Amino acid sequence: MSLDAATVRRIASLARIRLEEEEVARMQAELNGILGWIEQLQAVDTAGVEPMAGGSPVQSSAGMRMREDAVTDGGIAEAVLANAPDRMGEYFGVPKVVE
Amino acid sequence: MTYTIEGTTGPWEVVIGLEVHAQVVSQSKLFSGAATAFGAEPNSQVSFIDAGFPGMLPVINGECVAQAVRTGLGLNAKINLWSRFDRKNYFYADLPQGYQISQYAHPIVGEGAVEITLSDGTTKTIGITRLHLEQDAGKSLHDQHPTKSFIDLNRSGVALMEIVSEPDMRSPEEAGAYLTKLRQILRYLGTCDGNMDEGSMRADVNVSVRKTGEGFRTRCEVKNVNSVKFVMQAVEAEARRQVEVWEAGDTVHQETRLFDTARGITRSMRSKEDAHDYRYFPEPDLPPLVLEQDWVARLKASLPELPDVRRARYVAMGLTPYDAHVLTLEKETAAFFETVARGRDAKLAANWVTGDFFAALNRLKRDIADPPVTAENLGALLDLIADKTISGSLAKQVFEAMIETGKAPGTIVEERGLRQVTDTGAIEAAVADVLAKNADKVAEYRSGKDKLFGFFVGQTMKAMAGKGNPALVNEVVKKLLG
Amino acid sequence: MRGTDHTLKGALDALAAGETTSVALTEAHLEAIARLNPRLNAFITVTGEQALQAARASDARRAAGQAGPLEGVPLAIKDLFCTAGVQTTAGSRILGGYVPPYESTVTANLLRDGAVFLGKVNLDEFAMGSSNTTSASGPVENPWSRANDPDTRLVPGGSSGGSAAAVAARLALGATATDTGGSIRQPAAFCGIAGIKPTYGRCSRFGIVAFASSLDQAGPVARTVEDCAILLKSMAGFDAKDATSADLPVPDFAAATRRSVKGLRIGVPREYRLDGTPPEIEALWQQGLAWLRDQGAETVEISLPHTEYALPTYYIVAPAEASSNLARYDGVRFGLRETAPGSDLRDLYERTRAAGFGAEVRRRIMIGTYVLSAGYYDAYYLKAQKVRALIRRDFEQAWARCDAIVTPATPSAAFGMDEKQDDPVKMYLNDVFTVTANLAGLPGLAVPAGLDAQGLPLGLQVIGKAFDEETCFAVGAAIERAANFTALPGLRADAA
Ligand SMILES: [Mg+2]
Ligand SMILES: [Zn+2]
Repeated sequence: MSLDAATVRRIASLARIRLEEEEVARMQAELNGILGWIEQLQAVDTAGVEPMAGGSPVQSSAGMRMREDAVTDGGIAEAVLANAPDRMGEYFGVPKVVE
Repeated sequence: MTYTIEGTTGPWEVVIGLEVHAQVVSQSKLFSGAATAFGAEPNSQVSFIDAGFPGMLPVINGECVAQAVRTGLGLNAKINLWSRFDRKNYFYADLPQGYQISQYAHPIVGEGAVEITLSDGTTKTIGITRLHLEQDAGKSLHDQHPTKSFIDLNRSGVALMEIVSEPDMRSPEEAGAYLTKLRQILRYLGTCDGNMDEGSMRADVNVSVRKTGEGFRTRCEVKNVNSVKFVMQAVEAEARRQVEVWEAGDTVHQETRLFDTARGITRSMRSKEDAHDYRYFPEPDLPPLVLEQDWVARLKASLPELPDVRRARYVAMGLTPYDAHVLTLEKETAAFFETVARGRDAKLAANWVTGDFFAALNRLKRDIADPPVTAENLGALLDLIADKTISGSLAKQVFEAMIETGKAPGTIVEERGLRQVTDTGAIEAAVADVLAKNADKVAEYRSGKDKLFGFFVGQTMKAMAGKGNPALVNEVVKKLLG
Repeated sequence: MRGTDHTLKGALDALAAGETTSVALTEAHLEAIARLNPRLNAFITVTGEQALQAARASDARRAAGQAGPLEGVPLAIKDLFCTAGVQTTAGSRILGGYVPPYESTVTANLLRDGAVFLGKVNLDEFAMGSSNTTSASGPVENPWSRANDPDTRLVPGGSSGGSAAAVAARLALGATATDTGGSIRQPAAFCGIAGIKPTYGRCSRFGIVAFASSLDQAGPVARTVEDCAILLKSMAGFDAKDATSADLPVPDFAAATRRSVKGLRIGVPREYRLDGTPPEIEALWQQGLAWLRDQGAETVEISLPHTEYALPTYYIVAPAEASSNLARYDGVRFGLRETAPGSDLRDLYERTRAAGFGAEVRRRIMIGTYVLSAGYYDAYYLKAQKVRALIRRDFEQAWARCDAIVTPATPSAAFGMDEKQDDPVKMYLNDVFTVTANLAGLPGLAVPAGLDAQGLPLGLQVIGKAFDEETCFAVGAAIERAANFTALPGLRADAA
């Protein structure tokens, strides 16, 4: 599978990364280089193989631990807002959104 | 009777499926320890996890899982002992992580069913496709500033159950009945408070239209409709729009739309242009969710009685199906009724609750949570009727006095001397007096004017200030008239 | 003895014996940083005042008889660990000026045990790289150089290049690092020091800026295997704030470094013999195996048949997870925001992310977005997950025949800063020996074992069973003893 320029633009848009028109060709070449190399995976016979999701080295049937339902966090609006590039009072500010 | 939309080319059938987002009742959020209470100061119920700060990780709240399982059980659905969370990736101002943790491929609850009752008394089963757990997004406020939207993350991370129906509904009424029934079940279970105006329940309404006998045509999803009434209106508006599109020779495109409640129309949602490429993949920060069968069984054993079962029980107690339906609509009403009826005549209790009591609620614009008369006092009033302390008609006066004063019915009866007269001698004296004063009418009666019987009873009751036992008064009038 | 000459263990002993103080050690390291960091660029942030204050508090605790296991030891912290009140950049412009209001679990554990933090060290942007040349704070220089070409500046490896360079140059007694595809072991090997990526789940990921969640693990780099063992003991442990953290006791790793390897079966995977690997690396590998046999271990040939697919698998899984993990850098709640007049929200996102992320990060986000996108998920991401399962199975089957696996750590010694920069795939091949342990979730330890003809360090890698870091430490220490690696880089604190 090889990416055309339109797909490169679409992916950049999905990823919300501005791509100047003059960058498209180079990005396309780089991505196609990587994808071409990745392509070798198709040679592996994976019939009947259960995909490995998550990083655990052991296949456990235990599942995840569950937390108690208690309020242990929050009440830190100042800290939550402290790093905001455009703080508007008690809110984060963004350019007006049209739904 | 089938609901259709009449187009220029003939009737169109409407096909509706609902995705209902129900906020889980829990103290803290699905993946963080921040509080979930409604109406708090902006960004005050936000942890760094909910705000998507670098390095933050989700940890699941066991109670939210239990609530989802309870709901699944209440919907007669399959509980999946193995489920998993996935990430749904999209950018939005109030989605701090840039993805929503949801369950895509392996939901916690599988297929189930809900029975709805329609206005003509017929019932219909609506299939449930699945229920999954996911986190809510924050809230954008668009009206605080001329050029900016403001973001409040208090809702971010609150647990939601997304309950997806089969496309089984065929009319706005069915969609409304389904949403009403779902809300009723969740409220009985205590898994969602059902406060639609606070956003605790929102429906995404999937609508398509077709000619009879066709397969499904393209559907559109009307997002975030927040009342039963609006769901019904949105179905109708969207179906009409689609009929117009098809009949104009155009094609309906699958898209996400918004219901404009002011104008009663749906319109395309600009902010959802990536809606078909969410790039779901298994959430690597969370191991699979594995439940034990025993745990599920314990939750099942502790479920409260659900509306269908309760309604059947009320009918078995002698209530009319209509009263049983009305009394079980809200679990608070059912609880009120049960307190009134406990150890008493259920039918009489139902008559009083659905009759005078509901009328008083309406008249006073009060709520069952804040009743003008307590269930205990209403029960006590029924006791006074049962032991003949007061008559039924006098009881209505007492009931009004209870609303006015908030006092117990016994107190009112004593204070106002309303105790019923059951002394036969006193009643006979009163009847004799009425007959003596109305000799002409007695003669008419005796000559065959039977209808005058009620007149003598009424006059006697009036003379006794309403306190005469009605049955005894009847009896004595009959006896003395010979 | 100068304060910077100690091993971490040696410093602890000297502190315990009253021969030095935390303040003295800290001052010595701060002085060395001031002198060498302008050249090496290992530190992004030096927290000198805080370090001295912490050292004084540490000395007071020791005097009060309350010394923790790492009491008074000056360490460097990879700038991927969130540190409360101290700027954390992840080597990216997009986090410029970000000050976390919380402490990562791993660094909190180190502070609990008495460590002193000298500052935050450099890394490839968002830990994506094998050369530490992609940092927004500029490249890190390897303190080593080629004997016959001393003017060519070499990379320290990556992504934990700042950690490895700081420790090798003796600017810190040890450092935290993270490893997603080899980011601890490759720079450790390039800089002639030891480093271990523990089993997935051994160290909490809470508070570490995420790259690829199913692969990321924190671990230490230090000058000896024993120093790594001491550090890992403090860093590791169950954390309820990380759902993937393993609820297992943390063994005495330092004790394991003193275990004999007698009777251990050492697996030698035939698939790790690659065409084009320098003969010196092959020779060093054979030498390492011989050293282990000399100490009573048995070497057995094993097969890990899916090894050749590990890197392409990694370059699907890691970018996919990264594309999602890095979506939160959007210019709304923290970090950089870029707008133009009239920018709407989408434009704000696109400008912020284009300006904030460097070329390699953007490339990986693009790849990751693509392999997850509609129509391609099955062919790429799902396929990679299945191959990943096969790689894990390869190891499970190998454990029937061996107790640990020994391989080269890297396919080459450190390379020049200008080399391999033009072709991403060529750069990716650096991790060919290390990435399998990340995919399978297994512990891997790199230990310096010798020098190449240019006088550059080369390392060997020990891969262990899940949660059996102890055997890695035992085998690694056995190699270390036999190798008697005493060579030192040209740029270091105690050099003239
Ligand atoms: Mg929906
Ligand atoms: Zn949803």
